[in-house]
Amino acid sequence: MANKVREDRRQFLHKAGLGGALTGLVSSISLPVWAGAEKLELPDALPKWMKVPGEEFSNYGQPSEHEQQVIRWISANSAAPGNGVSWTPLHDLQGTITPNGLHYERHHNGVPQIDPAQHTLLIDGLVEQPLSFDLKSLLRYPMQSRTCFIECGGNSNSGWRTNPIQTQAGYAHGLVSNAEWTGIPVKLLLQEAGIKPNAKWVIAEGADAAALNISIPLDKLLDDALLALYQNGERLRPENGYPLRLVLPGWEGILNVKWLRQLRLTDEPLMSRDETAQYTELQPDGKARQFTFLMEAKSLITSPSLGMMLQDNPGTYQISGLAWSGRGKITRVEISADGGDTWVDAELQTPILSKAFTRFNLPWHWQGDYAILQSRATDETGYVQPTREALVENRGRHGFFHYNAIVSWEITEEGDINHVYGF
Amino acid sequence: MYMASKALMVVAWLIFFLSPSYAESEFQALGKAANELSHSAQWNISISPNGEGLPPGQGTAAQGAKLFALQCAGCHGPDGIGASAEPLMGEVGSLTSDYPEKTVNSYWPYATTLFDYIRRAMPINAPFSLSADEVYALCAYILSKDGIVSSEAVLDEQSLPKIKMPNRDGFIAVHSDNR
Repeated sequence: MANKVREDRRQFLHKAGLGGALTGLVSSISLPVWAGAEKLELPDALPKWMKVPGEEFSNYGQPSEHEQQVIRWISANSAAPGNGVSWTPLHDLQGTITPNGLHYERHHNGVPQIDPAQHTLLIDGLVEQPLSFDLKSLLRYPMQSRTCFIECGGNSNSGWRTNPIQTQAGYAHGLVSNAEWTGIPVKLLLQEAGIKPNAKWVIAEGADAAALNISIPLDKLLDDALLALYQNGERLRPENGYPLRLVLPGWEGILNVKWLRQLRLTDEPLMSRDETAQYTELQPDGKARQFTFLMEAKSLITSPSLGMMLQDNPGTYQISGLAWSGRGKITRVEISADGGDTWVDAELQTPILSKAFTRFNLPWHWQGDYAILQSRATDETGYVQPTREALVENRGRHGFFHYNAIVSWEITEEGDINHVYGF
Repeated sequence: MYMASKALMVVAWLIFFLSPSYAESEFQALGKAANELSHSAQWNISISPNGEGLPPGQGTAAQGAKLFALQCAGCHGPDGIGASAEPLMGEVGSLTSDYPEKTVNSYWPYATTLFDYIRRAMPINAPFSLSADEVYALCAYILSKDGIVSSEAVLDEQSLPKIKMPNRDGFIAVHSDNR
């Protein structure tokens, strides 16, 4: 397989003429031109930050002032500014971990400022013994870490529109982020309370000003769910559920309840607003898909992408992007430069983790021709990311949630990049 | 002698790590019995489709109309057809059209959800500020606008769960398909 990938890549580059360019590149590398320059006045030739002491230590580090444009883009209801989303700038990031300050947000009524000393978690309903936990106690439980993505069910929903939205990759597809979450397996606490045999569902409730409540199948909480207290090594950020939240790897964001205050075991789902009115997908026949928990495989080229420009013509560009699947590991990401007629395997960055971002890369030699760049993910169950055409054919255009179609970037002969729908 | 004692130590460690008693005592159970909490009002906010959790109280559409103008119309529009917030009324039967509108009355499968959601989340600037009577009244008003209940109906903890919403059978659970 690895050999096959390498061979495909070589052909992709050759076909595009990169083989020769690479050779030329290697031979052109020689000593820098200034190495032999005469009478260099050292102080003048050095940048100012090498000649004065730098800034003092900081209690909590911040990004460089030259990276101030790397922000979450906020899209909220002007009449209710706590109801909306902020998008992770996926197009500005590399690697697989989303920095805590850039993790996407979806709040239904603002970010509660919770005093952990006054926060209680109650586990009750169909249990042998209802139990309450304070934070001090929870912090003494054995913890596990899990790197996984969390994706809002409404991510990429502009894809259902008739015309492709012209906005940067992260600001159309960035209601997904990837972090290392550390916390207590929910199973431990449920077992401590004692699960009654007729328990099938768990109603989770948050302590925000929407008191967000939603039903979760008990099986998932007994499987791989975490009661997360830490995000990328530090305590959760308020906007990500401080002091504690659910993390359900691979499942729709809404179920990963933040500011968790209660888990009530029941035999039936509650039919709360966010599992009926919202987060359900209306189909063309008028019926709606409900309890669509799993986030299917998806991928996105983050570079080059809209808002960038191909400066050199011809030039070599590193196609890079992210793939993820709620079913497990990503096994393959293919790249097309011709709108899906031919495909080449991209290199997958290791380690490849289940239900987590997988970074893919592929060098591409652009010769100034019109191109349509696409990526297509396959996961370990064999599920292949659909074309937009196939998705719309299957689901219609009014489902709003769970849009995971292939994303197409049009490269014009001038090197501009536009969002187009595939061919 | 030295080798023997080292081997013994290894065996002792193995027993320690592999013995079930070690696994059981891996952590201390720190949950506190919460029978009383579990029955108190602030931990029983959720309302089931069968009406479990509904508080005593009652309200009519006429009472709800006044409240709606005061508390809801600012965001949902004077007739509840949507403004900065979602439409609530009208559009019943629109779900198969080219422009489906998912209003409370056209889309929501259970009336209990309406009570549950209004009480916990509305009005958005003051959740939990409405009394049970007021929430029943708002439910009556919204539902009466599309004839789901009569304009004379009195909604309470008995009558609300009995309402059959137009789209009750409009949902297909796909969770089991995903497993």
